[in-house]
Amino acid sequence: MTTTQTVVPPRPVPATTAKPETKSHLTSAARAERRLGWMLCAPAVIVMLAVAAYPVAYSVYLSLQRYDLRFPDQAKFIGLGNYTAVLSSPYWWDALVNTVIITIASVAIELVVGMALALVMQRTLIGRGLVRTAILVPYGIVTVVAARSWQFAFTPSTGYLSKLLGNGAPLTHHGSALAIIILAEVWKTTPFMALLLMAGLALVPDDLQNAAKVDGATAWQRFTHVTLPLMKPAILVALLFRALDAFRIFDNIYILTSGGHDTASVSILGYDNLFTGLNLGIGSAISVLIFVCVALIALLFIKGFGAAAPGADLRN
Amino acid sequence: MAITTKQKIGWSTANLVVILVSFVPVLWIVSLSLKDPSTITDGSFWPRKWTWENYSGIFKTSEFTHALVNSIGIAIISTVLAVTVASMAAYAIARLRFPGKNVIVNTSLLIAMFPTISLVTPLFNIERSLGLFDTWLGLIIPYVTFGLPLAIFTLSAFFREIPSDLEKAAKVDGATPFQAFTKVIAPLATPGMFTTAILVFIFCWNDFLFAISLTSTVRARTVPAAIGFFTGNSQFESPIGSIAAASVIITIPIIVFVMLFQRRIVAGLTSGAVKG
Repeated sequence: MTTTQTVVPPRPVPATTAKPETKSHLTSAARAERRLGWMLCAPAVIVMLAVAAYPVAYSVYLSLQRYDLRFPDQAKFIGLGNYTAVLSSPYWWDALVNTVIITIASVAIELVVGMALALVMQRTLIGRGLVRTAILVPYGIVTVVAARSWQFAFTPSTGYLSKLLGNGAPLTHHGSALAIIILAEVWKTTPFMALLLMAGLALVPDDLQNAAKVDGATAWQRFTHVTLPLMKPAILVALLFRALDAFRIFDNIYILTSGGHDTASVSILGYDNLFTGLNLGIGSAISVLIFVCVALIALLFIKGFGAAAPGADLRN
Repeated sequence: MAITTKQKIGWSTANLVVILVSFVPVLWIVSLSLKDPSTITDGSFWPRKWTWENYSGIFKTSEFTHALVNSIGIAIISTVLAVTVASMAAYAIARLRFPGKNVIVNTSLLIAMFPTISLVTPLFNIERSLGLFDTWLGLIIPYVTFGLPLAIFTLSAFFREIPSDLEKAAKVDGATPFQAFTKVIAPLATPGMFTTAILVFIFCWNDFLFAISLTSTVRARTVPAAIGFFTGNSQFESPIGSIAAASVIITIPIIVFVMLFQRRIVAGLTSGAVKG
């Protein structure tokens, strides 16, 4: 921390009272700023590296081992054996398909509903605070609590919605259970999407809307030709955050079906292999594969972002 | 632009639908928590026979009371730590010029998007060997880590709204950059820190996956984990009433935050993400 890459002036510049802003003064100030910057960031960086980077490396290492907690003395290096086991298992592919279905369906529905909600919040003149407070309830509520509410709502004879999908137990059929999982996910996270989109809407200048109106554009044309293109960065950011979040779906499925009736997501599969199967090797291989999927999704989006990648304004 | 009555009715209906859809699942869990055990399976939305029994029941079990203490303690400690550490980093990112800033922004972004399950597996094994498994610290550590990116992004947005002239004035008066931060900027950033604290608290309060993976007893198990595993007061009783009552209790702080700080939460949620 004491060594810096700053080029030190060859010899001390004599201090003059006439020119206080000499080069040496600037350099030492810049150096102090640098040192302060590193000092202030050090605790955050150390925590993030110790608790995120190191375990990730460790889980890659674990994924190359045969490591079953029931037979710890049989642990040994088996190369890519765990990956072959996972990738040739139908459970992995079923879980991946479920996760992709849930991610695409919930993010698509959230985008449409969230956009409508953002427009409602922006246009509303009466009770604006009330609507915003109302939509923050699903955002803030504990996911497990919301999932329990949906679970009981669809429990035969107990729930007010149980008769909605015919008589029977909707949470015990693959299709209806997946639909309920998506519903729970959409209810919980549409507000977040709507708030991000609303902030994007605020960046669309009124003048452009009015100009388009004078030119005779209908409300729909104004929306598709003026609002949407200008909102593209905000939409991409919202989609990225939500897609990555939906891909790691766990709480809702754990409560609603525990992954039964072929509704497991990749996170549920990883959890089950670790805590039910007690197989650290396989569990770690699944974890690493999920990480790779998430990285791929992020890469795909960031290609779409270009210069508008999130956090761009925070970079140098 | 004049607003016609038809438009007014249209927007009001839309508002009403939004409010209804937001509240129905919450009202349902409240209603279930107030239903007498004999009427819990009657399928009616409103309770036909009211009772406080479910609430008095869960407070008699250590399963819930311990979990509540754990939840409150762990969430508050994690929030304070995350906001303190993040405010230093966020100030540096928002205001100072130093090499390596990109690395920090990118690392935070990466962690914010990180699949939790990928960390659960290694952390489970590491915490078992360090004796951190099933302790408060064992949960505080991952909560601070995952709270940090959220806090850093939100706070740097707030820091950048404070006019930099103030620091320059402080420096002219002879303050060091560190003094400028602690004496001038940090006090002005208090509202931003408070907002960030609410968001981080909600995140810690909400967590389920770490809570069920890194704990095994009432020592550190939080309420969401308890709700996930609840079996009722006795094995002969349906746990629905107890689960509903516990759910209502941990929803109360969220509702209070949302009611009191709606404006701040909206500002906090949108500031960090959209400017990017």
